Amino acid sequence: MLLDPDGRPTAAGKGSLPDAEALLRGLAGMIAARRFNEQAGVLVRQGRLAVYPSSYGQEACQVAAAQVLADGDWLFPTYRDTAAAVARGVDPVEVLGLLKGDWHSGYDPYERNVAPLTTPLATQLPHAVGVAHAARLRGTRTVVLAMCGDGATSEGDFHEALNFAAVFRAPVVFFVQNNQYAISVPLARQSAAPSLAHKGVGYGIPGEHVDGNDLAALLDVLSRAVDRARTGAGPQLVEGRTYRIQAHTNADDATRYRSDDEVTEWAAKDPIARLETYLRAEGILDDTRAAAFAGAAEEVAHRTRDGINRDVEPNPDDLFRFVYAEPTPQLVEQLAMVRDELSREEGHR
Amino acid sequence: MTTIAVEHETLSTAQALNRALRDALAEDPTVLVFGEDVGPLGGVFRVTDGLTAEFGEDRCFDTPLAEAGIAGFAVGLAMNGMRPVMEMQFDAFAYPAFEQVVSHIAKMRNRTRGRVELPLVMRVPYAGGIGGVEHHCDSSEAYFAHTPGLHVVAPSNPADAYSLLRDAIASPDPVVFLEPKKLYWAKGDVALRSGREPGIGTAVVRRQGTDATLIAYGSSVPVAIEAAEVAARDGRSLQVVDLRSLVPFDDATVCGAVESTGRAVVVAEAAGFASVASEIAARVGERCFHSLSAPVRRVTGFDIPYPPPKLEHLQLPSVDRILDAVDDLQWEDA
Ligand SMILES: Cc1ncc(C[n+]2csc(CCOP(=O)(O)OP(=O)(O)O)c2C)c(N)n1
Ligand SMILES: [Mg+2]
Repeated sequence: MLLDPDGRPTAAGKGSLPDAEALLRGLAGMIAARRFNEQAGVLVRQGRLAVYPSSYGQEACQVAAAQVLADGDWLFPTYRDTAAAVARGVDPVEVLGLLKGDWHSGYDPYERNVAPLTTPLATQLPHAVGVAHAARLRGTRTVVLAMCGDGATSEGDFHEALNFAAVFRAPVVFFVQNNQYAISVPLARQSAAPSLAHKGVGYGIPGEHVDGNDLAALLDVLSRAVDRARTGAGPQLVEGRTYRIQAHTNADDATRYRSDDEVTEWAAKDPIARLETYLRAEGILDDTRAAAFAGAAEEVAHRTRDGINRDVEPNPDDLFRFVYAEPTPQLVEQLAMVRDELSREEGHR
Repeated sequence: MTTIAVEHETLSTAQALNRALRDALAEDPTVLVFGEDVGPLGGVFRVTDGLTAEFGEDRCFDTPLAEAGIAGFAVGLAMNGMRPVMEMQFDAFAYPAFEQVVSHIAKMRNRTRGRVELPLVMRVPYAGGIGGVEHHCDSSEAYFAHTPGLHVVAPSNPADAYSLLRDAIASPDPVVFLEPKKLYWAKGDVALRSGREPGIGTAVVRRQGTDATLIAYGSSVPVAIEAAEVAARDGRSLQVVDLRSLVPFDDATVCGAVESTGRAVVVAEAAGFASVASEIAARVGERCFHSLSAPVRRVTGFDIPYPPPKLEHLQLPSVDRILDAVDDLQWEDA
């Protein structure tokens, strides 16, 4: 921890905080991410999104994950990491394509080097290692940052990915957002390890845990891990300890498995308030700047709202277009059948 | 063992499954229910609601988040005297368990020349129609039905959900129990019972008819029945067979039904290529050839990954599609 929950530098924080520019950028990012989470929450209540797994309260992790990467680097997000994808520069409306129900992945992964949001837990982690290894073979100095949750660290793919990364010394940073729950299952039922960061040890990977609501500390730990990977020193595991303030998704009822007191306790450790307090106390942030950040966040929310509310009828042809490079004869037949049905329906109207 | 229907209740499919688990847990101390979020939360579809509170953490519990682990753990439990009932949270999230299912669960009896039995159940909420995003709507029955050593069942209503789950838990063989998600909330009359009765393997004629037979299972039975109702208004009498069990397959009931009408359409939501629907069509074609007035038709999902919510209506067998197929069955008056 570099900043305590009240926004005061800790002993470790004195002298080793990231520079003011990075902190301001992080704050702006978190304010936008929070606003994006709120907006998506409204859209799901209005029935404009099929489902929304919110990262409300986890904005420091979301923003830091994007901020520590260089332009050509890769990010591998989960379903919960929409705000990280937005922070990385992916269009917010496209990011929500999956959750709106238009298509499985709403953006071009190669545009900002952001892999599709992945739902089958931990399955994206071996992909991240493959991308990193290919980057080395191709002689680029790309680093891959792969995200997952605390629950996902129980899956076999998590362990296999760590082992592969270690054996191939792949330039990957595994970033676990430990938000204390996997849907209803608390961390204590998930793992008996002293920490999730310990899970690197058996594979020969350094593990480090960090206060996941302290943006300064996250930037510090994650950038060091990214730099280290870039120099060829191998992968690293970082556990960010945070909290899922809202239910797992809008479809979940969190009151069934946790107390309001626990949520209140964590809400007091809010990542945004903490950094803002510090930056104001240091005279780095003033009202003008704060208003500009809020304005920019509002802009993102506005664009998100507008884009999601604009209905573009998905094209049925798309169902058949991307299954193979060339549709099989059977798919050609099946598409013709759908078109015929639709034109007959049209005729009935 | 004897079966006595003790009482009737009106329950949703989810409640009927819950009741089956509860009755099995109460009657047999070796029954264990586990999986992801099945404990205090009661499962994401509430099928295990209240079971941890009633039977304690040793009988109904959350596991770490790892499907291969869950399935492999079940193998060991079953090897040592337990009757595990595991839940896979959604169809596509059972795939990490595939290795355990195919290489161990399905093969243990055969490998050990009958010495080691695995009386376990893998419950899988399956199929679509609920507006779910990717990986939440797969119809994965063909993978399981294709694997010798597994029983595969799929109820289409609350009464069968209850009785089939009781049967599955009583079965000496592993059972993949497919629960059609979109039917979880549908209500119906359920006959409750006590005692074990391994009764998997019978299809039932859900609706009598004389002109053609619709063969369906699980999530596709209600749409087949609806199609038969619409056809009746147009003067065509369609019979509906509900398979209930894919493995074992009830050739006798299916062929009897098809022979009585001379025409057949298989209705299933899964992609049609190399599917359970294909197996059914092939069997009927081979066995009922001389009674058939037309080739057996299939109405299935297209051979594509399950569509996103906005397009899923195009994938699901609809009344219109079923009636179009029926119209194609070479009617003399056509
Ligand atoms: C292989 C697999 N199994 C089960 C699920 C269903 N599921 C979705 S999210 C989730 C909990 C994940 O918890 P965690 O990894 O801590 O991430 P969080 O949701 O807290 O961000 C589960 C069980 C899934 N998506 N993939
Ligand atoms: Mg979590």
